[in-house]
Amino acid sequence: MPKHNGGHEVNRKILLWIGIIILASLASAAGTTYYFTIIMRGKSTLVVATTTSLYDTGLLDAIEKKFEEKYPIDVYFISVGTGQAIEHAKRGDADVILVHAPSSELQFLTEGYGLCRKIIAYNFFIIAGPENDPASIRGLNVTSALNRIVEMGRAGKVKWISRGDESGTHKKEQALWSLAGYSWVTLKEEEWFVESGTGMGKTLLIANEMEAYLLADIGTYLRYYKEGKINLKPLVKQDKDLLNVYSVIAVNPEKVGGVNFNNAIIFIKFLISSECQNLIANFKRNEYGQSLFYPAASLLKEGTNPIVEWIKEYAFFNGEECPPEYWDDHPELYQ
Amino acid sequence: MVRKMTSEILEGLRRALELIVSGDPEVLEVTLRSLYVSGTATLLAVSWSIPMGLLISLKNFRGKRILKGFFNALLGIPTVGLGLILYLFLSRSGPFGSLHFLYTPTAIILGQAVLITPILVSFSVSAIESVEPEIRDLAKTLGASESEVSFAVLREALQGVLLAVIAGFNRALAELGVALMLGGNIAGLTRVLTTSIALETARGNFELSIALTIILLSIVFTLNFAVNLLKRERT
Repeated sequence: MPKHNGGHEVNRKILLWIGIIILASLASAAGTTYYFTIIMRGKSTLVVATTTSLYDTGLLDAIEKKFEEKYPIDVYFISVGTGQAIEHAKRGDADVILVHAPSSELQFLTEGYGLCRKIIAYNFFIIAGPENDPASIRGLNVTSALNRIVEMGRAGKVKWISRGDESGTHKKEQALWSLAGYSWVTLKEEEWFVESGTGMGKTLLIANEMEAYLLADIGTYLRYYKEGKINLKPLVKQDKDLLNVYSVIAVNPEKVGGVNFNNAIIFIKFLISSECQNLIANFKRNEYGQSLFYPAASLLKEGTNPIVEWIKEYAFFNGEECPPEYWDDHPELYQ
Repeated sequence: MVRKMTSEILEGLRRALELIVSGDPEVLEVTLRSLYVSGTATLLAVSWSIPMGLLISLKNFRGKRILKGFFNALLGIPTVGLGLILYLFLSRSGPFGSLHFLYTPTAIILGQAVLITPILVSFSVSAIESVEPEIRDLAKTLGASESEVSFAVLREALQGVLLAVIAGFNRALAELGVALMLGGNIAGLTRVLTTSIALETARGNFELSIALTIILLSIVFTLNFAVNLLKRERT
């Protein structure tokens, strides 16, 4: 029995424990001081709540690096879904949001939370599916493709996977189903309609295993395809209805206390600068053989590209990128 | 498919070794931060949980059973749920928003300390209660004061309490929800092992995720091995 050990033994052990505790305390005190000096060094910060489809590509890391080289501001990206990003901003936990759901953005502005919205980039969602394309949707437009999928799905020949997580991509999917004359809410009850309830990457993997069709953002799709994780092929793409538009919105400091509006404006101006727009256009272009994101700022200014009309139709509010009452004191952003 | 999976895990193992041997600064930073955050959380939790454990096991009071049941029930609290509740507290528009703890390592430390408190309390209560009552009575008859009795009992229960502490540390190190909700997985500030694993998985970098998982598991295994050694030495 241990308690009959010599007293020395027990004391030595206790000394050992005291030593370990002191060491651990020292280490944790050192860490605490380290973080306090980081937090207290007075560098100003900017918290950006953003969507996973942007962050997971690594684009924002590249933007952060360029931005921090130019300005004495620490940028922190909190990568969540569009819904959560907006909720964070409303609670004052972010200074800026970077999202891709125009209807939610309009609501964010009209509720008084947002100011100075700028469209910064766009790309296209794709409808992907198995290479042999059992529903024969290759090259069709979105509505006829979705109609074919419903028809073949009800006949038990194909499956559809939905994110089902209220992300920007999921919101887009719901809108596309309405456009094709269906309601996502009733479709999801059907046998062939599967809800993954998870992120884009995992949903692609599930679709690949089940040889199903799905709506995907191009960035995540290309990465998984390049690395040989999926064999699904893009079957419907570059369709007007598949447009995906990313915007940045500053949080209104008068509605939400404590947010850093000045830094937010500096960041927005940087995002639409030609330097950052070029960075967006060239990001991983060589690696994937095509751009993941197309810059939108100069495109909208020039207004010659036919895509401008698509963007205006999809992501403008009453013909405005940002209605003038939300310009605050920054009309220069819209000239 | 099986071959692909095996090769991916082997590749992860190779990458893990490579990353550890080459001392990859990012991996090192994330690992050290994980150890710091979860270690400090454990120390913090010990500072209030062990006294609480002593109190619950040595004192008789009304509601003792309910209190014990309460801590037992909280053992399995989902980390995302706890993370969300604490987020609402620490959010700028929450009751403790003015402290500006959200998205700092301090927030994760607090969250993990709360998370592992039920483990520390429950496990140490059972360790202390399994110490033979004779020792308590003996100490008392020898005229020991209350704090001396507590100390004597604690010394006997040391091994069980230590196991509780290690279990708490492991849970803190391996949890994701609190670190994600309260830390925000900010590169260079609040990114820890588990949040890195989640991010790299989402980014499709499976080998790196597996490498990080292997590092996490190595820490947990090493600790448990050390505890087992100590245990064997004692008995």
